[in-house]
Amino acid sequence: MGDVTMNVWRGDPTGGDFTKYTLPGQEGEVVLDVIHRIQATQAGDLACRWNCKAGKCGSCSAEINGKPRLMCMTRMDQLPEGPVTVAPMRTFPIIRDLVTDVSFNFEMAKQVPAFAPPPRPEDGYRMAQIDVERGQEFRKCIECFLCQNVCHVIRDHEENKTHYAGPRFFIRYAELEMHPLDTNDRRELVRQKAGLGMCNITKCCTEVCPEHIKITDNAIIPMKERVVDATYDPVAWLGRKILRRQKATPSEAAAHGG
Amino acid sequence: MAEHETHDYDVIIIGAGGAGLRAAIEAKSRGLRTALVCKSLLGKAHTVMAEGGVAAAMGNISPEDNWKVHFRDTMRGGKMLNNWRMAELHAQEAPDRVRELEAWGALFDRTKDGRIRQRDFGGHRYARLAHVGDRTGLELIRTLQQRAVSMDIDVFMECKILRLLSDAQGVVSGAVGYWRPTGEMVVFSAKAIVLATGGAGKSWKYTSNSWECTGDGHAMALWAGADLIDMECVQFHPTGMVWPLSVRGLLVTEGVRGDGGVLRNSEGRRFMFEYVADMFRAETADSEEEADRWYDDHTAGRRPPELLPRDEVARAINTEVKAGRGSPHGGVLLDIATRRSAEDIRRLLPSMYHQFMELAGVDITSEAMEVGPTCHYFMGGVRVDADTGAATVPGLFVAGEVAGGMHGANRLGGNSLSDLLVFGRRAGMGASDYASGRAGTPVPDQGEVELAIAEALAPFERSDGENPYELHEALQDTMQTLVGIIRTGDELEQALEQLDVLRDRASKVSVAGGRVYNPGWNLATDLPAMLTVSRCVTLGARDRKESRGGHTREDFPSADPEFGQVNLVQRQPSGGGVAGEIKIGPEPIPEMPAELKSLLEESH
Repeated sequence: MGDVTMNVWRGDPTGGDFTKYTLPGQEGEVVLDVIHRIQATQAGDLACRWNCKAGKCGSCSAEINGKPRLMCMTRMDQLPEGPVTVAPMRTFPIIRDLVTDVSFNFEMAKQVPAFAPPPRPEDGYRMAQIDVERGQEFRKCIECFLCQNVCHVIRDHEENKTHYAGPRFFIRYAELEMHPLDTNDRRELVRQKAGLGMCNITKCCTEVCPEHIKITDNAIIPMKERVVDATYDPVAWLGRKILRRQKATPSEAAAHGG
Repeated sequence: MAEHETHDYDVIIIGAGGAGLRAAIEAKSRGLRTALVCKSLLGKAHTVMAEGGVAAAMGNISPEDNWKVHFRDTMRGGKMLNNWRMAELHAQEAPDRVRELEAWGALFDRTKDGRIRQRDFGGHRYARLAHVGDRTGLELIRTLQQRAVSMDIDVFMECKILRLLSDAQGVVSGAVGYWRPTGEMVVFSAKAIVLATGGAGKSWKYTSNSWECTGDGHAMALWAGADLIDMECVQFHPTGMVWPLSVRGLLVTEGVRGDGGVLRNSEGRRFMFEYVADMFRAETADSEEEADRWYDDHTAGRRPPELLPRDEVARAINTEVKAGRGSPHGGVLLDIATRRSAEDIRRLLPSMYHQFMELAGVDITSEAMEVGPTCHYFMGGVRVDADTGAATVPGLFVAGEVAGGMHGANRLGGNSLSDLLVFGRRAGMGASDYASGRAGTPVPDQGEVELAIAEALAPFERSDGENPYELHEALQDTMQTLVGIIRTGDELEQALEQLDVLRDRASKVSVAGGRVYNPGWNLATDLPAMLTVSRCVTLGARDRKESRGGHTREDFPSADPEFGQVNLVQRQPSGGGVAGEIKIGPEPIPEMPAELKSLLEESH
């Protein structure tokens, strides 16, 4: 095999630029392997985040040749020939080199009201496989935050970060909302505090998800429909007035979440 | 005095995998001021990689299952070296811990009647592993993480702890470390500390472990005066990927075998039938026809030999490859494609499907996987009191992989996630009780703080010293070659000599750049623990002159009943960190009560 050339962004919050590294190629390598070899042989302080190197922890997110991907799941031999560009995720503040400050996501996680099941029946909870599978799709999320990174509501508008939770948390809200046992109603919360309405369904998040979660089709659009039902549908409003409801009202849940 | 920030808590938990999170939830729910400190971002710990499931005798598939059978399986799997009280508590409490996860939002796979589905696994007599496809660890860590966040537990992410701190009376009273994003030093004082730092597989070349598994907790406990037991008992998981080289060691879940995958050598033979030890003969099928019947109906035949405990399967694969009957890249073939539909495989084993498709270009719904042993798990660890998780130094509690005893000489698959939950909770309780009863404010020794900080920063003071990456590679070569799956006395002595050299070189490490998110420096600060733990494993392996579970000596190929009665205990009485002298010796395993002994003898 011949040499590989990597253009890796190096810098800190004050600025930076791409540095070129050339090293011998090796069979079957992923981008993260090459970054590790650069660290070991040429730049010991090249900062990158990683843990499992198996696509399971979601730590090594970066923009490879301009595309947001996991470095550990991007094989070198599947990239076009020529130099490979590796840059940090753009939506989050730089700490150093390829490492960004993703604390925004951990703050948004704190706003999600906890799962609230009814008391356990004597012989345990029963759920059908087909019902848990809807939530299981969203629980495949490895929190790589690539969906957050490409969502232009926050990628291009820093000011929206105060009132927009982003696709990762829309699937979290959807997962709870669709959980067969959950008793909370988070629809008002997801509309007001999480900013679901600002999503304009461009599906960028779905495209980059390494777990192939259908974020837009299976979480965001159904959630938008449920929010609309709760807020604007006169029949549903009347139904709520008349029928005894198992779930808390949206305003109660919003109060709880706030 | 070196600059540093300080924080004070009742209970500090070091490590945020399953055990650390569960301990933190317990301490917080008891009203203690609780903090969780972890080297990575929250939710990225190695628990996330657990695949197959969590073992709990709930009896959802096999109503005849109960804690007594689980206890028996665990002890037999561990070759009787287990701490019987831990195995008992574990088997009794695991079902409640799984149900608790469900009540916290975990979405396990279901049976037709809506209960938690359980899967077959090696060494477990009945289908016992509650699971979510092949990503059970992710479900477990996410459920606990979301629970912890909803309880508003303080989390210190990307904060690496270097050393535990004691007070003037020798009671563990805090810890010192640094923030990886800034390189700034931080000192914690606490009334009790829970270590939940996981394993140390990153000292081997071919390992399923992530970068974090550097044995920090084992080493810090030893340096703080705690006992370690049975450090030689390291599990090599039988099925790691062997190709491409860059992913060699990456785990292939035992769930593949539990769901019907069989092992074949290059001659196409299901070789495991030739490797059934006497201990397991009565419950293992002796022909392919019988084993095949079992997959369809568990009462129609005995279990296939592919589902023997991991140590048995790993040794068998090793022998086949050495005998020249291996696959093209030096493993054996694991085949599920000819036994399950493509749809079933993608549903039951989605991560495995993607892992092979994306990293190796292998479609496991139509082709066999190449697999071989990979360094996976530490059975040995810090000696603890079973009920409370207390270590042998006051103020220190330990849970999860860093604790020793529960799994004896070999861990059964699925018993790790249940261990994390059962003993994470218990260590959280133990630490909470201790902290509540501890009078006064803990005052960590300032001299220890200064020393730890000076040691950590020393690599910046040197120039043209040793490269930490090269040292790490050399350590991995030593451990892989000389302290691997099959060991001999001569090679272990060689390993000890090489470890002396590496320790000397490690004292001359230098790093380039600054303190802000500097992986070279971070690795340099991981090396002392890796060197200490590697030495402990090698010393234990040298002194345990028998073969038992995960520890195999070519020069002592059988189990020795006398060694079966003892733990090999290691301690470092004179302190001194990585440079200190380690003492090792046998100490009797506590006597098992008669009623538990009778469970082992029952044939069930």
